[in-house]
Amino acid sequence: MAWRGEIDLGTPPAVSQAMVTLTIDGRRVTVPEGTSLMRAAALIGTSIPKLCATDSLEAFGSCRLCLVEIDGRAGYPASCTTPAAQGMAVRTQTDRLKQLRKGVMELYISDHPLDCLTCAANGDCELQDQAGAVGLRAVRYGDGANHLDQAKDSSNPYFDFDPSKCIVCSRCVRACDEVQGTFALTIEGMGFASKVSPSQSEPFFSSECVSCGACVQACPTATLIEKKVAETGTPDRFEVTTCAYCGVGCTFRAEMRGEELVRMVPWKEGKANRGHSCVKGRFAWGYANHRERILSPMIRASIDDPWREVGWDEAIAHTASEFRRIQAEHGKRAIGGITSSRCTNEETFLVQKLVRAGFGNNNVDTCARVCHSPTGYGLKTAFGTSAGTQDFDSVMAADTIILIGANPTDGHPVFASRLKQRLRQGAKLIVIDPRRIDIVRSPHVEAAHHLPLRPGTNVAVLTAVAHVIVTEGLVDEDFVRDRCDRAEFDDWAAFVADPRHSPEATESLTTVPAESVRAAARLYAKGGNGAIYYGLGVTEHSQGSTTVLAIANLAMATGNLGRAGVGVNPLRGQNNVQGSCDMGSFPHELSGYRHVSDDAARAMFRALWGADIDHEPGLRIPNMLGAAIDGEFKALYIQGEDILQSDPDTRHVAAGLAAMECVVVQDLFLNETANYAHVFLPGSTFLEKNGTFTNAERRIQRVRKVMRPLNGLEDWEITQKLAQAIGYAMAYDHPSQIMDEIAAVTPTFAGVSYDRLDALGSIQWPCNDAAPEGTPVMHLDGFVRGKGKFVRTEYVATEERAGPRFPLLLTTGRILSQYNVGAQTRRTENSRWHDEDRLEIHPHDAEQRGILDGDWVKVASRAGDTTLRALVTDRVAPGVVYTTFHHPATQANVVTTDNSDWATNCPEYKVTAVQVGRSNGPTDWQERYDERSRRSRRIEGVAAE
Amino acid sequence: MRAFVSRDMASVGLGADEVAAALIAAGVEVVRTGSRGLFRIEPLVEIETPDGRVGCGPVAADEVAAVIDGTHRNRIGDVAKLPFFASQQRFTFARCGIVDPLSLADYAAHGGWIGLDRARRAPPAEVVAMVRESGLRGRGGAGFSTGIKWQTALDAPGDAKFIVCNADEGDSGTFADRMLMEGDPFCLIEGMAIAGHAVGAARGYVYIRSEYPFAIETMRAAIALAAERIAPFALEVRVGAGAYVCGEETALLDSIEGKRGQVRAKPPLPAIAGLFGKPTVINNVLTLAAVPFILANGAEAYAAIGFGRSRGTMPVQLAGNVRNGGLYEIGFGVTLGELVDDVGGGTESGRPVRAVQVGGPLGAYFPASMFDLPFDYEAFAAAGGLIGHAGVTVFDDGVDMMRMARFAMEFCAAESCGKCTPCRIGSTRGVETLDRIIAGDRPDENVALLRDLCDTMRHGSLCALGGFTPFPVLSALDHFGEDFGAADIAGPVE
Repeated sequence: MAWRGEIDLGTPPAVSQAMVTLTIDGRRVTVPEGTSLMRAAALIGTSIPKLCATDSLEAFGSCRLCLVEIDGRAGYPASCTTPAAQGMAVRTQTDRLKQLRKGVMELYISDHPLDCLTCAANGDCELQDQAGAVGLRAVRYGDGANHLDQAKDSSNPYFDFDPSKCIVCSRCVRACDEVQGTFALTIEGMGFASKVSPSQSEPFFSSECVSCGACVQACPTATLIEKKVAETGTPDRFEVTTCAYCGVGCTFRAEMRGEELVRMVPWKEGKANRGHSCVKGRFAWGYANHRERILSPMIRASIDDPWREVGWDEAIAHTASEFRRIQAEHGKRAIGGITSSRCTNEETFLVQKLVRAGFGNNNVDTCARVCHSPTGYGLKTAFGTSAGTQDFDSVMAADTIILIGANPTDGHPVFASRLKQRLRQGAKLIVIDPRRIDIVRSPHVEAAHHLPLRPGTNVAVLTAVAHVIVTEGLVDEDFVRDRCDRAEFDDWAAFVADPRHSPEATESLTTVPAESVRAAARLYAKGGNGAIYYGLGVTEHSQGSTTVLAIANLAMATGNLGRAGVGVNPLRGQNNVQGSCDMGSFPHELSGYRHVSDDAARAMFRALWGADIDHEPGLRIPNMLGAAIDGEFKALYIQGEDILQSDPDTRHVAAGLAAMECVVVQDLFLNETANYAHVFLPGSTFLEKNGTFTNAERRIQRVRKVMRPLNGLEDWEITQKLAQAIGYAMAYDHPSQIMDEIAAVTPTFAGVSYDRLDALGSIQWPCNDAAPEGTPVMHLDGFVRGKGKFVRTEYVATEERAGPRFPLLLTTGRILSQYNVGAQTRRTENSRWHDEDRLEIHPHDAEQRGILDGDWVKVASRAGDTTLRALVTDRVAPGVVYTTFHHPATQANVVTTDNSDWATNCPEYKVTAVQVGRSNGPTDWQERYDERSRRSRRIEGVAAE
Repeated sequence: MRAFVSRDMASVGLGADEVAAALIAAGVEVVRTGSRGLFRIEPLVEIETPDGRVGCGPVAADEVAAVIDGTHRNRIGDVAKLPFFASQQRFTFARCGIVDPLSLADYAAHGGWIGLDRARRAPPAEVVAMVRESGLRGRGGAGFSTGIKWQTALDAPGDAKFIVCNADEGDSGTFADRMLMEGDPFCLIEGMAIAGHAVGAARGYVYIRSEYPFAIETMRAAIALAAERIAPFALEVRVGAGAYVCGEETALLDSIEGKRGQVRAKPPLPAIAGLFGKPTVINNVLTLAAVPFILANGAEAYAAIGFGRSRGTMPVQLAGNVRNGGLYEIGFGVTLGELVDDVGGGTESGRPVRAVQVGGPLGAYFPASMFDLPFDYEAFAAAGGLIGHAGVTVFDDGVDMMRMARFAMEFCAAESCGKCTPCRIGSTRGVETLDRIIAGDRPDENVALLRDLCDTMRHGSLCALGGFTPFPVLSALDHFGEDFGAADIAGPVE
């Protein structure tokens, strides 16, 4: 349950324009029609006793504590399930009601252990509270049947399930159904024998439970409770902060006891997550205190040396001196920086400021390069803004949803839960993905169409969808006429109408049955509000930007933009990938996406920053690495990113890093990139700093410091020290001042400040005089760029294609319990669900190669090879293999190639031609790399483990 | 020679199949009908004669020769003239026991389909109005106006609507639903088709308990035979899985939806958001089976019979320790004493009647001193009981009412779905508390506790299972206090 003191109105709000007025205990209250009596009472401060009701779940009516009397009605209806009606006169406290409630409570307590003083929920238990509220003073039933000897299930690493304390209110079951949508829990048995059962009476750990924690949050007793609470005791304060995992941007109450984090509870007011969370955000924060976390700065002369711990002053002075030396010897442009989508807007802004104003060049890039750079390019081209068009709430108004190249139940689980809620209400789903991802068919959810395309053919499929829309007369002519550039539309329409783009003509290429494409196109075009959600399966291709443009074309052609329930929605990978792009992390763009060649923009920055901005775009990450190999690029400041593991073609990355003279890594752990670093600056976790993150829906949310940084400094302070040391003055006292500067120089952030964020909870940019409270849905009356731009989307096959040597196509993705390169999640109990990456391979392909489930297999591409174990499954089509990339041991990116998006250089992670064969162990590369890692991680005076 | 032998499950249980086989072996053409409804004369054989059917019963398989030659010792003559039948008012069961249940020709020849044809010629609202004017109330036990329920479903907006027949007849001592489904299934089908027309539903479900294999088989066969006749309305049988609580209408809907049978909170009423969230008329078998008569003969003809606000007839089921056990359809207003003593003929054991439980396991126990109670929803409610599904179970003076009170709690504990607390925990505590009273453990305190518990269950439970279990318990305490030993059984004055 949530930390006490949070107001629970008992039932969800009613959505009705009509209002009714009634009296409750003589007090008048006016509420929307459909509001429960319980909620109406709570709204005027009258709390009716309850146990099975909570405002995150539909009313259930089982506990029978909330009975009330209504004038003119017989009996004692439950206030949670009785809607308020005009003129009703309700009484919530009468002698008769007290008697009934006490009778019910006496029954509850007759089957409950009376160990309150030693119970983990002591002081934080609704049963305890309600027993007090109804004035129960004795239980007269004596010894009888009970559940006190039920065994505790401690199998889940994060929470315990103690059925002996269960009051069978079904809140956990309902939370699993209604909020999370996994349907892992049920009530087993009948009557007195009713009990909560994960799957079919399995332990939580091995059941279908995905550990989102909704059940734990919903439990009114200590039946489902965080292990950490049992260990630490109940929290005594909280701060609202934002999760540092994915781009959904869940806000949490970090519930603390002193400086110790006791638990993370999703914040009910959070507009991105609406009170829900996943296993990562709620539970996987233990890495912050992991023994491998580095807390002291370290330097070394050579990457073959062991690390030497030094003080902050020495580390900063050493770095500054190296940077100055290298610039003196090799020129101003020989150094650069990489910002991180894991860090705050303020930190990111500061790093790019350091590079542009301090280093005097534009050699700054960000990890968004390797994920959503095509989104920025494509949506800016089509609509004029490099961002998704909607808020997450919008999905609840969608009628037809296309999901392409995204696997939200693993990658964006909290959004997936909303999506599944909407699907259960009847919205239709179209999945375009090579894999049969979970949402194609899961409890109470089934896609209307799954288009299992061959990896690399997104453009062909989407152009075929467009062909159907245009040739079957499904275009929203009014929208196109009013909102889009007509000439460009006509050009595009003629292009897609060409018979060579028909589903039938492209079927052999895409392997998607033409009739499925036609049916999906018709549904999207005419199935009410159509919304498209997409992920890295769209962007991480050689035609990533083309696919984004194709998506924008479809939305415009069908009029699915500019209102709730529609839109083009990139599901951003990292917590602040939107923000890091907004903050000017790309080598060609200043904050707010203004090109460095824009004289006016540069002039404004010069005036404020007191430094000239180079008018030439700087180097992108792959170019920095290439330049390093060529001997032209010598030093790199990397904040919070592990390019060695996350970027494609690992050998090329390693060679580039090895060629540099000063690689500075600022991170929590000695990550893979740090194996090639000369300076290590220990970073702070999101719990240890102030700042903001911007999620996938452009929502800027506060990150609040709940404890002091173990490493001594917040990350922005480290960047500031470095700037000062190289002679560029920065003098911020608090990140709020950095945000003030961002607002001053970035038009879309003009109205943003910490005060406004505190007042509003969160703000979706653009936030300015025209939209002082931000902009949930964009392009309402017209596109930011003016007329919507249609662009031809010619399919060009990737050079990466299956052939005799490499007959299979490898594509990659994520799993629920791990996050990206796993630097954090691998250092939590989450690894118990996923302790290695596996290669998914279709039974036919496995059979041909003599591969059995669990065998070690070698995956080889033209770039390199690696080994991992096989998982034989028909989730992938024949000819396609799939793996996750969470574990450094797998080195999945040794295999991926240097192919990249034509417009943005976003790597083509999603298509690599490979051969797979049985193997008996790690490759030579893996062994050499492993040895290098071990050597590189030595620290003087610290014994290796 | 043609003979009529019941294929009703009760008749078969008494040996009807063997008798029919013996008749066939003797060269007699046998028509299998439903049961007439008086089990004392089952297996009953009726021989077709120019003067009408001549009945003999009970008949054993080795006695068929005597039946054929007219010398059987249990020769009854015209069965309909037996006082048990002659005094009935058979509106709903008019054909049961007479026709071949699966003969469309028989059904049509005996007045079938007139109601449906008449309904389909009228606008839906008019059909609903007729049902409302007939005064028909829910025969499942709640006694809610069928017309108002239909009107609500008719008025509810919905892209699909459903008719659901509650045939989960689980009350001990009741069998009317089963008899009708086995003996005159087209009557129920016609009633559902009329309901479909009246509210705009294209599809119906008959939810039958798994313990009724004959009824399931007969209904399925009858639905297949009648499919064309009732089209475009379509029907389907769904079979329960043994939970008594699935007779509660919302739990039944959950069960049809494939979920755990658990009671839903109301509102929303099923008529507004019922099966699969769509407007749904859910009625008992007897309610729906009364509808063809109303449509065929007019609302006035039905409403002309009855008592107070209880109009029309009720198929009463006499069971337990009673001489004339069976089905007795009669207009409301007959007294409990008339039913038990006159129609039922007193106890089978011949000992004095001590208690009568009306309305199934959740009904109150009445002593003989209350036999002037008229069969009427309101009168029974005022007397602290209920009519329910009109099951009447008779006990002689050998009954221990303290144990019957315990049985009521035990039944509730066994059948509770477990959703609401008063029923889930209360029923088990009720058994334990009664065990203490039985054991003589602080009887005064424990009887007071039992009364408090009954108050909590009566007014706190989510559905009638927990809510009505106090009826048998409290009536046992109130009317048969002497069975509770030394306890001071006096209850609080409400």
